[in-house]
Amino acid sequence: MNNKTPLFTGSFLLDMCESVGHSIHKTLQNIGVLSIFIAKSITHVFTPPWYPRLILKQFIDIGYYSLPVVGMTAIFTGMVLALQSYTGFTRFNAESAIAGVVALSVTRELAPVLAGLMVAGRIGASIAAEIGTMRVTEQIDALTTLSVNPYKYLIVPRIIAGTVMLPVLVLIADVIGIYGGYIVSIFSLGFSEGSYLKQTWDILEVNDVVSGLVKASMFGFIVTIMGCYHGFNSGRGAQGVGAATTYAVVSASILILISNFILTKVFFS
Amino acid sequence: MNAPDHQMAATPKIAMRDVKKAFAGKVVLDGINLTVAPGESLVIIGGSGTGKSVTLKCVLGLIKPDSGSVQVDGKEVTKLSGSDRDEMMAKFGMLFQGAALFDSLRVWQNVAFGLIQGRKMDADQAHEIAIKKLAQVGLDAKVGDLFPAELSGGMQKRVALARAIAANPEIIFFDEPTTGLDPIMADVINDLIVDCVKDLGATALSITHDMASARKIADHVAMIHEGRIIWYGKVSELDHSGNEYVDQFIHGRADGPITKAASFKHL
Repeated sequence: MNNKTPLFTGSFLLDMCESVGHSIHKTLQNIGVLSIFIAKSITHVFTPPWYPRLILKQFIDIGYYSLPVVGMTAIFTGMVLALQSYTGFTRFNAESAIAGVVALSVTRELAPVLAGLMVAGRIGASIAAEIGTMRVTEQIDALTTLSVNPYKYLIVPRIIAGTVMLPVLVLIADVIGIYGGYIVSIFSLGFSEGSYLKQTWDILEVNDVVSGLVKASMFGFIVTIMGCYHGFNSGRGAQGVGAATTYAVVSASILILISNFILTKVFFS
Repeated sequence: MNAPDHQMAATPKIAMRDVKKAFAGKVVLDGINLTVAPGESLVIIGGSGTGKSVTLKCVLGLIKPDSGSVQVDGKEVTKLSGSDRDEMMAKFGMLFQGAALFDSLRVWQNVAFGLIQGRKMDADQAHEIAIKKLAQVGLDAKVGDLFPAELSGGMQKRVALARAIAANPEIIFFDEPTTGLDPIMADVINDLIVDCVKDLGATALSITHDMASARKIADHVAMIHEGRIIWYGKVSELDHSGNEYVDQFIHGRADGPITKAASFKHL
């Protein structure tokens, strides 16, 4: 045991470089594969044939069935927002700003981001699991052999539904969120109904709502495309599908947060 | 490899020439040469992981070979895209190993899937054909209204067979058709395969490691080992092939050239 290996030998450094290089290479490769997947999917969105019935089904799955989750998120967010800003604003005698703070935060930020994250958990996971299982059980290959393009049959309806339905969900969440703030302000903080609504109405501009909806559309695209991508490239067996589901939710959530920053920067600076 | 005489004259239905494929540096197909004449049933036998499935998927176009040529009816499959590719796919029917039925659709919708979605056939007409095809594989019309998850493995295979033949394909692929079935059900499926293929006058390409199945459905047999075809011949020649790899495989012996090369014992 006399010849101890020094910590930093040439080969150790080489190994480290190799593994760093390998992971960079792998990451770049994944980005490339993902980009091709996205480009292909978008091309298929704009070329026939379409499957209206499947698109409708996804509208219902992604839009209608996400309503309770998104609604709950919105109402409690609005309520908490009113409570918290009240605590802060009373210190400056600025209670009258609460209505505006609730309205702006909900429409610009909280409704789209929180709805996006909730839908990533609900829809992104289910898309990845469903398509992943289809991949593992060769159902996707079966589609191809039956002359049906899996991109058009599986992916396009989901992307369209996600991109279109999330803004609708967020619009509803805007209303519910503001209403949550309203309830707390009127019944717990002693605001008068008329002035709260007037303040909300005065401060809100079309741009505030529209920017939130554009974000929502982007998030809907991100959630569905990440679900489809990870499901489509799922590994084998139950473990493969499980991993695909995790990746779909995590990557969609992170991409939502990153793109939220970028979109906010583009809209408001 | 001795090619049969009759395929010299006509264009072969399927012709693979020097097809190579590697996954992440691991060579799976190492130059496959294979021809299947029209109306012939060729069965590829070989152990697990020898490249059988990949060979099949290369012909189907589900996997793109690294090099070499795959021709169906004299047309290069590997370079097709768009509508040409759809046209080619319309010639194919495939029975997947795990049946690969769409679990969100009813049995009859599964059988009629290619007709309705792929060929835009009217649903009533497709339903009628689906019921007819189900009858052909010995299933009652009532089964048509069930979901695949409600069926036994043998029945799922039958439904998958009905789906594969629904559009009257010219070429049918069978991926381990009897795997996971009891011997009697396996024989029933074999009989159905022989009948269906004969009935359609189709060309059949199957892969299996079930020798009873191979003997029943094959006209010719090719043995694949380490990504190459190491023996090709008529099914009647199988028992005196003079090839020790084939001998070991068809008798299912643990000792022989296949295991020696792979040295399983040291694993």
